[in-house]
Amino acid sequence: MTLDAPLAPELDADADLRSAPAAQARLKIIDGDVHPALRSVGDLKRFLSPRWREHLEIYGSRRKLGMSYEPYPKSAPRACRRDAWPEGGGYPGSDLDLIRSQYLDAYGIEYGILGPLGLSGHSELNQEFSAALTSAINDWQREFFAKPEPRLKAGIVVATENTEAAVAEIERCADDPAYAQVFMLTRTSEPLGNRRYWPIYAAAERHGLPIGMHVFGSGGHAYTGTGWPSYYVEEAGGHSTSCQTAVTSLVIEGVFERFPRLKVVMIEGGFAWMPALSWRLDKLFERMRSEVPHLKRKPSEYIREHIWITTQPMEEPEDRRHVLDIMEWIGWDRLLFASDYPHWDFDDPFRAFPAGLPKERARQILSGNGRAVYRLA
Amino acid sequence: MSDILSGAIDCDIHPRVPTPRTLSRYMDDHWRDTVEVRGIETWDSISYPPNAPLTSRPDWRKAGADTEPAKAARETLDRFGFAHAICNSLFPVQCFRDENLAAAFARALNDWLAAEWLDKDSRLKGSAVLPIQSVERSVEEIERRAGDPRFVQVLMLVMGEHPLGKSMYWPIYAAAERHGFTVGIHAGSSYHHALTGSGWPTYYLEDYAAQSLGFHTQLGSLVCEGVFVKYPKLKVVLIESGVTWLPPYLWRLAKFWRGVRNEVPWIDRSPEEYVRDHVRLTLQPFDAPPSAAHIGRIMDQLQSDDMLLFATDFPHWQFDGDDMLPAGLSPALRRKILIDNAIATYPRLGRHS
Repeated sequence: MTLDAPLAPELDADADLRSAPAAQARLKIIDGDVHPALRSVGDLKRFLSPRWREHLEIYGSRRKLGMSYEPYPKSAPRACRRDAWPEGGGYPGSDLDLIRSQYLDAYGIEYGILGPLGLSGHSELNQEFSAALTSAINDWQREFFAKPEPRLKAGIVVATENTEAAVAEIERCADDPAYAQVFMLTRTSEPLGNRRYWPIYAAAERHGLPIGMHVFGSGGHAYTGTGWPSYYVEEAGGHSTSCQTAVTSLVIEGVFERFPRLKVVMIEGGFAWMPALSWRLDKLFERMRSEVPHLKRKPSEYIREHIWITTQPMEEPEDRRHVLDIMEWIGWDRLLFASDYPHWDFDDPFRAFPAGLPKERARQILSGNGRAVYRLA
Repeated sequence: MSDILSGAIDCDIHPRVPTPRTLSRYMDDHWRDTVEVRGIETWDSISYPPNAPLTSRPDWRKAGADTEPAKAARETLDRFGFAHAICNSLFPVQCFRDENLAAAFARALNDWLAAEWLDKDSRLKGSAVLPIQSVERSVEEIERRAGDPRFVQVLMLVMGEHPLGKSMYWPIYAAAERHGFTVGIHAGSSYHHALTGSGWPTYYLEDYAAQSLGFHTQLGSLVCEGVFVKYPKLKVVLIESGVTWLPPYLWRLAKFWRGVRNEVPWIDRSPEEYVRDHVRLTLQPFDAPPSAAHIGRIMDQLQSDDMLLFATDFPHWQFDGDDMLPAGLSPALRRKILIDNAIATYPRLGRHS
């Protein structure tokens, strides 16, 4: 690989990149992580049956957190960019016109893949309510975003701990081209390779949908194997650990042996941890092969073939060549650009990448790889 | 190879885990009776299943090399000319729920180590296992060992009740700093929580893989809570962590610190700087491909020649034959890893009784 390649012209921070026509002529960007938001709970209520509407009003959302807000207060209201609040009211990510002007048009985004967080059914204690909420949030994504704006593709949110409902939801949505992926969170009740989740993978594989696994969620455990850290900076820095748990579990449980066409996209946990984890798993596999006879290949081979990884938040070591090494080790065809719009740690597609990234590599990450993994037709 | 390794300090070896009955010989009547009357026959942690391949290299298992100091010395110290080896006991004191039981076993374990290992070979040094369930009892154990210069380190597991940077643990760091003990954090869990933030993995392979995630958490906690601001002389050694996870985690932690540092205003330097000044890592296992080119890039990522400490992790099966150093290290770096870094990390190593 070329570590000393000159700064790619398209990534030149001084260039005027903000004019829409010029940006679009330059590159059609596929963004693996855009977060839509409800203007208010009212937006969601119209997609809930009277029974669950009433439940939401009386009992509210009760997640495996013990409180209505995150245990680690974010760095900014709703963890959002201060400039992403719509002038007319509502939350960042809730106003389609602002999403268009501030992001889709400004950067020449061809597709943005949606991943709803917050009140969306991921970690509800009441499993029936969880199923109802996920259906509602999926309908809402389609009606409010994917239908009026074809550049936005919805993610099928599933009730992870209610497998039967999750499979039914995938079946309900899968034929609709508004949806480009199945969307899950990484902090679950069991590690994600556990057999209880396999019907979800079977359904995703059957419909050719990748599964986006995004950091966050609360599966009812302390966020780490040694209890609860104190600070948001620790939680944020530690998101890569829940991604590593998920990847380890998927590979070692044999999910990719069982579902050979399954594609998984790891979202928002950074990416630099992937090579070290692969090396570690390969060494342990060599030692403890007898424990996992269902694996026919080295863990790193399953990872290389089945797992894609988004680039946000971009890794920023003091020496930027270290990022290029990591990208090389992961594989240039497995990295996907993500912006995390409208959140505070947003990555600008023209400014986030390290200097020295060869132009063709940037093109792959910003566009080509996403086209290969998501169902965009 | 043996010439290269001559004089090296092996910062992580493991005596065979003793049985509760063996330890009961070092207990008072009450606790000896407890072991007997309550029938406490075995107490192995699932972090190291005794018969798992990783727990003992086949040739060392066959020779019973970890059962007594003379046999262990034959396989490592004598054979390669190591100057010292630091014994880390893995009897799972940390798993108990009863802090009194933990304190009794920790004390017996450390007495046992002194009598059965340290007394037998002056090259052997020890880590004092702390009954971490109680900070007060841990400090008592540190005070108890302070007068014995053969104990150079106090030892905790990487996964316990709480992240180790929390202020409740600070009396331990104060006592360690006061007596010149290095603080060792070793792979392994108390299993007081699910092993991961997403529950319990199925396989032992996953369990061992997840130990490195515990090191992520502890490093973040020690830095962000300000332990190194409060205890500027403290040195922490991450033992059996895998090593190569570190640079990527530090990039992340430093990046988020830059973004939200108003949350932890006492941290006035980048986390990477605190880590380079205060944190060391033992060399085995070293999670990397065998190629010198990869290893060269990884060493460059570490941005420091001071952080790695040589270790065999005897008798755990981390390497075959004598292949215990990563490929392609320069002679100068090799010397630092083998000898100089350990001397700088363990102030008590130079003290003699």
